[in-house]
Amino acid sequence: MQVSGNLLWIYRVYVLIFFLYLVAPLCAAGVFAFNDSLFPSLPWRGFTLDWFFSPSEPKLGLFHDDRLLRGIGNSLFIGVIVATIATALGTCNAFLFVRKTFRFKPLLYVMMVVPLVIPGVILGISILVFASMIANFFDSTLGLFVTWLRPGIPLIVLGQCSFLTTITSLVIAARLQKFDISLEEAALNLGASRPRVLLTVTFPFLFPALFSAFVVAFLVSFENFNTTLMLVGSDAPLTITMYDRMVKVGSTPVLNAVSVVLMLGSGLLALASVVAQRPQSAQ
Amino acid sequence: MGRDAGRLSLILLFTPFALWIGLLIVLPQLGIGYVSLREKVGVNQYEFGFGNYADFFGEPIYRNTLLRTAWMSILVTILALIIGFPIAYYIAKLARARIRAALFLMCLIPLWVSDLVRAYGWIVLLRETGVVSTVLVGAGLITEPVEMLYNDVTVVIGLVYTVILFMIVPLVSTLQGMDDALLEAGYNLGGSRFTVFRRIVVPYAMPGIVAGCIITFMLAAGSYLTPILLGGKNSSWFTEQIYNQFITRYNWEAGATFGVLLLVFTSLVVWVGLRLTGQSLVTTVARKD
Repeated sequence: MQVSGNLLWIYRVYVLIFFLYLVAPLCAAGVFAFNDSLFPSLPWRGFTLDWFFSPSEPKLGLFHDDRLLRGIGNSLFIGVIVATIATALGTCNAFLFVRKTFRFKPLLYVMMVVPLVIPGVILGISILVFASMIANFFDSTLGLFVTWLRPGIPLIVLGQCSFLTTITSLVIAARLQKFDISLEEAALNLGASRPRVLLTVTFPFLFPALFSAFVVAFLVSFENFNTTLMLVGSDAPLTITMYDRMVKVGSTPVLNAVSVVLMLGSGLLALASVVAQRPQSAQ
Repeated sequence: MGRDAGRLSLILLFTPFALWIGLLIVLPQLGIGYVSLREKVGVNQYEFGFGNYADFFGEPIYRNTLLRTAWMSILVTILALIIGFPIAYYIAKLARARIRAALFLMCLIPLWVSDLVRAYGWIVLLRETGVVSTVLVGAGLITEPVEMLYNDVTVVIGLVYTVILFMIVPLVSTLQGMDDALLEAGYNLGGSRFTVFRRIVVPYAMPGIVAGCIITFMLAAGSYLTPILLGGKNSSWFTEQIYNQFITRYNWEAGATFGVLLLVFTSLVVWVGLRLTGQSLVTTVARKD
């Protein structure tokens, strides 16, 4: 749109203010991890790394805080499993919807997208209820205790996979759609077997999408709160541990330290996924 | 033989999809529907009926929480659209190519930061001993520290913050597809800036607007952390009620009823939105950006 000089400047100031609004809370969460004080607030009492490395109270650092470290461990464990399952399922779905024709395909495609618009809390409770129903059934008819159907890591994995599979499917399907099928036909004509074509022609082409689907699924799983909250057992992932700390102890700078680690970690991973996607946009 | 192989691979690809949708989405949803229709009449004794729903509508606190959540989510959606649209337009149409990529990336960075960290950042900024209050006292603008947390305005600001990126991203990708020649044609035909905006830009951006609004609304209505951490104990958000019924009071029948109601209600809003704008779920939400 033609915008005159003055107006353009006002516009730019607006954009600037907006970006300040975007980064302000992130800065606040990050900066106070380095303040040498017992509370994450002003005044600034000097720079310190105690909230990361100090081994003793009252400034117990993040890397000596067993509960937070266990939370990080659980989150990593859950994230890797969820990302692997969601990427595998997403790949199957992508091939199913891009390559195959079958009855009710449009309807089933809608079904595939629907998990994205179901609130996370509801996905959580529905899986909790359903798993308990099955567990109760086994308990009452066969006398079997199926512990993995009770709240805990297996249920968290299932709950997160339920909506992450939609995201991975969409990411991978978008790339598969751009694939020139004549490349596969050429390889087949030259005598390659089906599995070999998949491994040497199709998958290398899909790799950037598989990689970023995996990274996205891992990140979303690592940060997920709503679905996880309903399914958590004794092994709490980091977000739940941090929330617990926030509600019970109140805000301490060690939470800022956790925030810094989270931001750095997800920033680096997001960057990796952007870099992996780069060649795709150049094509 | 080729046909058989095709059939076999179809079955092999269809099975994981069916298991996923069936076991993790459809049956669990039917499961909460079933539990919500079950009334507890004694220890391990149940009757079927709409009693739980009757209880819900008979209790003003529950009803009002749902309405409050809905209104605030709609407000958040509208605000996100009004605030986000100029930003998306700037990124898509006015910024130079290199700045555009940088701005777009900057928009995405907070997207990757956990809700929890973002809400925590707001707490550090806005509480009574927080940064904003301290700075204002230091500057002599106010005499005593003020508590800026635990009110509705803060909850709305925090929610807009949490969801606005999901509004901007689809808007940017739709607006980027718009040919500038359309705008020039509009001006050449004598349209004012407002007319061009209303008759050309908005209709063109409609799929993006609808997609952004749907995602934003669902995220706001389904959010848990932001209203509770920024709104405090009295935030009365509907997801909090669900959590309380399920985990704190262990009343799964009531919790499931609330869950079904939230799902039905939000789906209804989305459906009405799609109807009014003539869009479909697949063309908006599943559009690949």
